Amino acid sequence: MKLIINGKDVETDEAHTVTELLKEQKVKWPDMVSVELNGTILKRETFASTGLNEGDKVEFLYFMGGGRESD
Amino acid sequence: MSLTEQQIERYSRQIILKEVGGPGQEKLLASKVLIVGAGGLGSPAALYLAAAGVGTLGIIDYDNVDLTNLQRQVIHNTSDVGREKVASAAEKIKAINPDVTVQTYRERAAAANIREIIKKHDFVLDGTDNFPSKFLINDVCYFEKVPFSHAGILRFDGQMITVLPGQTACYRCVFDKPPPAGLVPSCSQAGVLGPLAGVIGCLQATEVLKYLLGVGELLTDRLLIFDGLGLQFREVKVTRNPDCRLCGQEPSITELADEEQAACDLKASQ
Repeated sequence: MKLIINGKDVETDEAHTVTELLKEQKVKWPDMVSVELNGTILKRETFASTGLNEGDKVEFLYFMGGGRESD
Repeated sequence: MSLTEQQIERYSRQIILKEVGGPGQEKLLASKVLIVGAGGLGSPAALYLAAAGVGTLGIIDYDNVDLTNLQRQVIHNTSDVGREKVASAAEKIKAINPDVTVQTYRERAAAANIREIIKKHDFVLDGTDNFPSKFLINDVCYFEKVPFSHAGILRFDGQMITVLPGQTACYRCVFDKPPPAGLVPSCSQAGVLGPLAGVIGCLQATEVLKYLLGVGELLTDRLLIFDGLGLQFREVKVTRNPDCRLCGQEPSITELADEEQAACDLKASQ
């Protein structure tokens, strides 16, 4: 499935939910990331139940300022 | 307030901008801006806001100047090591521009003290180095309806957003609560390239002046992400989050409290 993650086209393998995508993209500390899907910030509790569709725009937003290491 | 001959000359390069003019300069001279943290972001911002003739600059910082600060905190000199940061910063500001009144607060920003300080100002520039302070500034500014510029830097990256409380997305709309202590590396652990502080601090100062002058489009409802290694700016649209615990439809944060996390950079900032 083709997604746009942080502005870049990414071909995913098997991720069907946000939780699976965080794992597949090897996001180091998923608890530290805010996820925006098609312009809406998701509640953390819904990561596992939120499905992904072809062409979705996903933003992983990291804490910064004192800040977080980028991958 | 009318401008003196000397002020007209000093500020001539910005007075000739039609967006500023004499009335704009008078507005700046009558404005009060609070800079929280006289560090990496606060240093360049304070220098430029002083030079531009923002009439009153409040500066909060509890720390003393450390040798490791000098690589990026450009308002402090080698001879300032060991001095209070607020005293060092106030001295430079007065040297640049005697028009500016500096009010210093040698305090840690905490729920108990910061509300009274923030409410005296027209705009707040967040130049802090830890998340509890960033959330605290966001919350106080929301309760007092004082607009502010949030920013953070690390390594080669920077991030910023301007918030008009109650009107545009706040920091908690995007980041619900501070990360657990120790999980997010600080500049002292992960490093930071000095000019990053200049890039982002100067962008914050630009937002301050735009807001005070009422010109241009503020960085609201947009998170700006700067990648210094790739030299790219990227913008992520954000909107007010109906589930935001502070400014959402059913807010659970209704009074001010200190967030639990210890400052992530305590060792380096003492």
